[in-house]
Amino acid sequence: MATFPDNLSYTKDHEWLRLSGDTAYVGITDFAQQSLGDIVYVELPKVGDTFEISDPFGSVESVKSVNELFIPVSGEVLEVNEALADAPELVNNDPYRDGWMIKIKVVDTTEVDGLLSAAEYEDFVKE
Amino acid sequence: MSHEQLKRTALNNAHRQLGARMIDFGGWDMPVTYAGTIDEHMAVRTGAGLFDVSHMGEIEVRGAQALALVQHITTNDASKLQIGQAQYAGLTTPQGTFVDDLLVHKLSDEHYFLCVNASNTDKDFQWIVDNTKEFDAEVENTSGKYTQIALQGPRALEILQPFTNVDLGAIKYYWFANGTIDGVPAIIARTGYTGEDGFELYIDPNASEQIWNGLLEAGKPVGIQPCGLAARNTLRLEAKMALYGNDIDDTTTVYEADLAWIVKLNKGDFIGRDALARQKEQGLTRKLVGFEMIERGIGRDHYPILIAGQQVSQVSSGSPAPYLKKNIGLAYLPMSHVAIGSQFQIDVRGKLTAAQVVATPFYKRSA
Repeated sequence: MATFPDNLSYTKDHEWLRLSGDTAYVGITDFAQQSLGDIVYVELPKVGDTFEISDPFGSVESVKSVNELFIPVSGEVLEVNEALADAPELVNNDPYRDGWMIKIKVVDTTEVDGLLSAAEYEDFVKE
Repeated sequence: MSHEQLKRTALNNAHRQLGARMIDFGGWDMPVTYAGTIDEHMAVRTGAGLFDVSHMGEIEVRGAQALALVQHITTNDASKLQIGQAQYAGLTTPQGTFVDDLLVHKLSDEHYFLCVNASNTDKDFQWIVDNTKEFDAEVENTSGKYTQIALQGPRALEILQPFTNVDLGAIKYYWFANGTIDGVPAIIARTGYTGEDGFELYIDPNASEQIWNGLLEAGKPVGIQPCGLAARNTLRLEAKMALYGNDIDDTTTVYEADLAWIVKLNKGDFIGRDALARQKEQGLTRKLVGFEMIERGIGRDHYPILIAGQQVSQVSSGSPAPYLKKNIGLAYLPMSHVAIGSQFQIDVRGKLTAAQVVATPFYKRSA
């Protein structure tokens, strides 16, 4: 069964966001990693890249498929998870912690209010 | 295609009970994965894996001219087969391209059993009927009569042996025996599509759940896994076995597919012989080769291939290789670039990524 931590915000594209002040960590949800299966490659942006809300910022590849990643809110990339280059399976094993993908500086924190809560996202994926 | 219209194998319920993810595969409701493609792939390389391949088609040829008929439609030399022996062959058009690829099994002097690709079964059957009217032999599509289960991996023999009256060790690679599995009549062939030792079993659909569940239980001590189509694809790719629809089709000749070993021009006439003889004499302009990514990235099916900035073809099959831990694939390249070490680029979603031709098969099991 997929987990849906309460302290995160979610998108309908199956990304999560964890806000802390005006910075946030972004990754894909437990539901997403289970649907994708074994993840073999994660393509991430460079530090300093900027994205508008919902822009594609990278991709995640399983054995069978490629899926684009969409940024939950507008922001500038402060850090990328370098560990995923050699250990993409971290996304499968620990999607909400060690499997994080990027850390961003959030341009407008009110955009976070437009994201789904854990309960809303759980309802969404169960439909 | 709506769910109700998908064809189901006799093991459909068993797959669902095992929690398989099911997909529409050429009109069949088939398991794509159970526990995860990488685990399934590794189980076959190191222990054993069990595959439901009942969607594959079976076509039987019987009669006084059964051999002559098979010889007329296939590229390999079926006259060399002994009873109980199988061979890989092309079913070819007059242009020497593939209608399909198949396994020919000799059951008796007047009875041959062909195993063909699932989505081609009806087309192949019609092709064979239409092209062999003058032969004194009957062609029958018997696909519905068989469940086909593949038990593959270095531990396959020891798992299967207690279930059968046949001495499995006495069946050589690409030979088969008629016997029983769990008391049920079966064709037991030492063939497969994974690059490992193993067996393909043709059995009565009514007995398939009993045998499937029995083999999974018996294989537990060696870590057997039920395996889906995704692992079947990565396993066959590591072993450089062609996939119809990706690597071979009716636009690629048998020689271009680097399968000269299944073309026997001296066996007498067959459909496509003239075209293949001409191509052999004139030489090829392109050939199917194996490649490995040099730069990071996965050159997947259909991604464009470029040489000196010009697109020359596309990836026919490309995937991560779970056992080899490399990103590999197959592609048709011009003869100027088929030598091992030749470099080219693959357009990986807009990013030109370096790859090079490597020796194949990518994976070969130790003897």
